[in-house]
Amino acid sequence: MANKITQITLKNGMKVMLKEIHTAPIISSWVWYRVGSKDEPTGKTGISHWTEHMQFKGTKKFPANILDKAISREGGRWNASTSHDSTRYFETMPADKIDLALRLESDRMKNSNYNAKEVDSERTVIISEREGHENEPMFRLTEAVQNTAFHVHPYHHEIIGDMADLHTISRDDLFEHYRTYYVPNNAVLCMAGDFETKSMVKRIKQLFESIPKGATPPRLARPEPEQKGEVRLSVEGPGETTFIQIAYRFPNATHPDYFSLQVLDSLLGGASGLSYKTSRLYRALVDKEYAVDVSGWSEATIDPFLYRIMITNHPKRKPEEALAALDSEILNIQNVLVSNDEIKRAVKQARAVFAYGSENITNQAFWMGYVEMFSSYEWFTTYLDKLAKVTPQDVQRVAQKYLQPKSRVIGTYIPMGVEA
Amino acid sequence: MAKRIMKSVKQSLPGPDDIYRVALSNGITVLARSSFDSPSISMGGYLPAGAIFESDAKLGLADFVSSSLMRGTQTRTFDAIYNELESVGASMGFDSGVHNTSFGGRTLVEDLPLLLNLLSESLQTPTFPANEVEKLRAQLLTGLAIRAQDTSDVAAMAFDRMLFNDHPYGRPSDGFVETIQSITQKDMQEFHRAHFGPKGMIIAIVGAIEPEKAVEEVERVLGGWQVPGQVSALALPAHKPVKKTIKHHHALAGKSQSDLVIGMIGPRRKDPEYLSASLGNSVLGQFGMMGRIGDVVREKSGLAYYASSSLNAGTGPGTWEVSAGVNPKNLKKAIGLIENELRRFIKGGVTKVELADSQANYIGRLPLSLESNSGVASAIMNIERYDLGLDYYQRYEGLVKNVTRAEVLETARKYINPDRLVISTAGP
Repeated sequence: MANKITQITLKNGMKVMLKEIHTAPIISSWVWYRVGSKDEPTGKTGISHWTEHMQFKGTKKFPANILDKAISREGGRWNASTSHDSTRYFETMPADKIDLALRLESDRMKNSNYNAKEVDSERTVIISEREGHENEPMFRLTEAVQNTAFHVHPYHHEIIGDMADLHTISRDDLFEHYRTYYVPNNAVLCMAGDFETKSMVKRIKQLFESIPKGATPPRLARPEPEQKGEVRLSVEGPGETTFIQIAYRFPNATHPDYFSLQVLDSLLGGASGLSYKTSRLYRALVDKEYAVDVSGWSEATIDPFLYRIMITNHPKRKPEEALAALDSEILNIQNVLVSNDEIKRAVKQARAVFAYGSENITNQAFWMGYVEMFSSYEWFTTYLDKLAKVTPQDVQRVAQKYLQPKSRVIGTYIPMGVEA
Repeated sequence: MAKRIMKSVKQSLPGPDDIYRVALSNGITVLARSSFDSPSISMGGYLPAGAIFESDAKLGLADFVSSSLMRGTQTRTFDAIYNELESVGASMGFDSGVHNTSFGGRTLVEDLPLLLNLLSESLQTPTFPANEVEKLRAQLLTGLAIRAQDTSDVAAMAFDRMLFNDHPYGRPSDGFVETIQSITQKDMQEFHRAHFGPKGMIIAIVGAIEPEKAVEEVERVLGGWQVPGQVSALALPAHKPVKKTIKHHHALAGKSQSDLVIGMIGPRRKDPEYLSASLGNSVLGQFGMMGRIGDVVREKSGLAYYASSSLNAGTGPGTWEVSAGVNPKNLKKAIGLIENELRRFIKGGVTKVELADSQANYIGRLPLSLESNSGVASAIMNIERYDLGLDYYQRYEGLVKNVTRAEVLETARKYINPDRLVISTAGP
């Protein structure tokens, strides 16, 4: 995919990234704010996500019921999401209708209503969202593992927040969060699609440059101390299926070991976005009938986070058997050099996934902002080259360094059966 | 600003000028459309080998067969098949529903021959190796155990059962524990022999390849496939209408949220009132933040994180259903609000503004749904499956604009009767 983009910073500090793509009459526009669940202290967990919900409650100019209808009427698709590190809003629209999205985003950067009644109504919606998650054994297990892996760093809590805080966060808390973090100098606007850059820059300046710069928002920095010994936990709940989650510590996305770890992840659990039936863990656990499924998952984050392996245990096996098979496979990749061909294969897989992603304009706009949150666009454009430079020795070294029992958390969901 | 440089909306829509359609002599229909924007290809298709052919005792057989097709062929093992695919970053899979077994895959253009070879082998020469079938059986049974604990799956399954009764649409196509346990390797081989063949098969190839070349590639691997005894597609039996509202609650202990499905029969995709039902449904439970249902259940009452309605129209009678996830103590209240909205909907229909909004939404969002190769592939397969005509997407704007408020109301009254609902809930 062509990677030429235009990057500018407005006078108020807002970063703008533009990528012209003329394959379809569509434009996708994203606004990213540098705030996520990692910025939430105890007592305010879930506030970034709740603020994201409140941003759909309208402004004076675009009241709630006008706002969503205006976008939908033009055939647009819009949504928002909150991650550990960021909060992002997007609209993908027919190209000639994108101005509406820009006017909306510039308006809700500073003029959102935070009406107390709306806050109360949204409180029960978000509690309901959390209750829906709690129905899932994997959510409960993931939350317990994360709570245990982080005692100090705010990656400790789930993005949706702890139930206690969802009951107590107030309208003023939300408004303060909004005023603190939703300032242009904490925002990145990314657009990809069928526009002409020069005129688009002009329009963006008209709409966004007058929004006053705010104080640079603080980012919560509480580094997690080193883990000194394996921790095991269990969660009990209804059902018949045992799930196991093993979490190792992985460094942040700009760490020199990141790309070697991406190759390691790909060899162990399969390439992201593809089937993984010939990954090392699938062959060792599922083919050998210790598990009915196994997958690996890492995230590109600002601070060190986790590499998680999820196992759905075979009904005829004990969890310890699956764990022993996993440990044996990990020892194998630590002790025996992988081949160059395996690395080439991982690179080819990544190249294919990049090609599929480039079919979609929304996805291309997403990536610009996504990487900007922890690095720069160059991280994305050089991704495949950096992957290709990884050697078998690199993979072995990072496997030995990061896949250590003493720094892992093992969680098991123990099914208590089905009540009549 | 937002100057359109390359294509107008109309030019970007698939139509008779750029959808290439060829019927092979053995009965396979090939559809192809080029897009050179990315070096990738999306492939999809189906053949009439669905759950409609299963007995109640062997429910899940078509699904088990489709999941087994890539577990070993006459020339390759399970691991070898996936090794070929995954080594080049390609993917492929099979699935089955009541009428069809469907397939889909994607690949870089250079590896299309590899993908099609594997498709052809999986369709024509699967061997259902005993050890792989047993591994898969354990996986399917675990899937059923997880399904039994999923409030939305359980509510949806009971909804279909109550709405369709003994009809094939009332049965879960992934079967039950007892039926999956009873299916033998021989059952699978026989099902494959009787129902897998070129007759009635559709395949669509979309992406960075000239359409003639795509057809040649399909012809190369599947053009010689002949199955003289292939059983023809079955007609659907009639279903019994619901005479009065039926309610069922499936108790699942230890859950924090209840799921509900409330609904009735909806139109078939080919019915003339399909589009007026679809636009009506948009007003009812889709447009903006999930239409009127989302507005009363989520926005005004704060009862649910999700609340919407959907129209599922296919070959046979469809479903028109409202679903939501709510706190168990709010279940009754949410059901009451939804019933009120259904009554209001058939009493007054939609307003002029509401209809115009949804019409504009349908027309505006079309290019977005056709953005990726897989979006185009499913669009042109829809054209074929429902005889919509190759110019369907170019006529689409006119078709949508022609729907009137009176038609929406008439269609709503034809299908929605608040005294004959199926109400299915699952939770604590």
